[in-house]
Amino acid sequence: MSGSRPTLLTDTGPTYAALLGVGAYRPSRLVPNAEIVDAIDSSDEWIQQRSGIKTRRFATDEETVVSMSVAAARQALDEAGIDARQVDCVIVATVSHLLQTPSAATAIAHELGTEQAAAFDISAACAGFCHGVALANDMVRGGSARYALVIGVERLSDITDPTDRGTAFIFADGAGAVVVGPSGTPGIGPVVWGSDGEHYDHIRSRQDWRDVLASDEPRMPHLTMKGNPVFRWASYSMAKVAQQALDRAGVTAEQLDCFIPHQANNRITDAMARSLRLPESVRIARDIVDAGNTSAASVPMALRRMIDDGDARSGDLALLIAFGAGLAYAAQVVVVP
Amino acid sequence: MSTEEIRAALAEIVNEVAGIPADSVQLDKSFSEDLDVDSLSMVEVVVEAEEKFGVTIPDDEVKNLKTVGDAVAYIERNRAA
Repeated sequence: MSGSRPTLLTDTGPTYAALLGVGAYRPSRLVPNAEIVDAIDSSDEWIQQRSGIKTRRFATDEETVVSMSVAAARQALDEAGIDARQVDCVIVATVSHLLQTPSAATAIAHELGTEQAAAFDISAACAGFCHGVALANDMVRGGSARYALVIGVERLSDITDPTDRGTAFIFADGAGAVVVGPSGTPGIGPVVWGSDGEHYDHIRSRQDWRDVLASDEPRMPHLTMKGNPVFRWASYSMAKVAQQALDRAGVTAEQLDCFIPHQANNRITDAMARSLRLPESVRIARDIVDAGNTSAASVPMALRRMIDDGDARSGDLALLIAFGAGLAYAAQVVVVP
Repeated sequence: MSTEEIRAALAEIVNEVAGIPADSVQLDKSFSEDLDVDSLSMVEVVVEAEEKFGVTIPDDEVKNLKTVGDAVAYIERNRAA
């Protein structure tokens, strides 16, 4: 009786999607290098020279993954002029929501007052936000969501070993969010993304939870990182990915207004900018100087900062690229809302 | 390329990456002690050198390249191979 089976109806969406609003939440506790140096036998000068970081922010107990996300998302929604009830999907990129299940996204969607929006977390580490923007772009254009919220949020201070010389001065906390929705003109270029699991061990949690619990002295499986290989990969391989994202969007370095890489390390940003031969006219995100490396939150926080400082104006073309543990990466050119 | 040509080309890279005057990049100079090239800058020097001289310098090898002379000798050996 196959002849009587109906052909399925499918969704269709608008031709183009765009970022409609950007929000950020910066935790209240300012942590200067002076507070970090003793435990790693280092100095303010060394940290600044190695990373560009002067201060970072750590969340208090009250500033949770959920509360910081909600604050960032509300700002993004306000700016977009979208009510939470219009949001169809909430995507949260994080590696530091320490409850295994349920996802942070469901709590955030509820707290925001969505009407039972689809909500889930994605695990793509520092690259998570740009993965989320790619998903949201395709959802809106595919018709499965009219408005999607993409949030990057971290409390890396919970999972960083304060005595580890390779990571203690780098990682920090915060949240950033964007609203993605329909647009009359293209607002999000093609994503260039991928993974390199050969280097799965370059950045990772020290142990999995079963090994933690089996040990005599269980302790948090902090992040570990092989600094120099990661620096090499990020500075050179990622510059090529960034170039591909420009090419796929049909934008030259000269036409670009803003470069907003994951705020991993200012030295990586410098090396990428050099490899990309970015002209002087391109304004480069440097939020890391007083925000530290906030993993999935860094790109939207840096974008918000550039908008607030007048360095990113509505209609500007911004190249986003994020990269991290996995190794995972994603890049796209966007129009600043 | 002669030893001196390799040294001079490497010195240019060190100058570009770390801002150190090229004429101070001499064979007997230690990258970290004398020239103040830190480990991240050293990664950049290595990547640029690989491109310039058509050699591969694995991460494990980098720690053996303590002086400019070590790096020049490594490049000479591996270019020939």
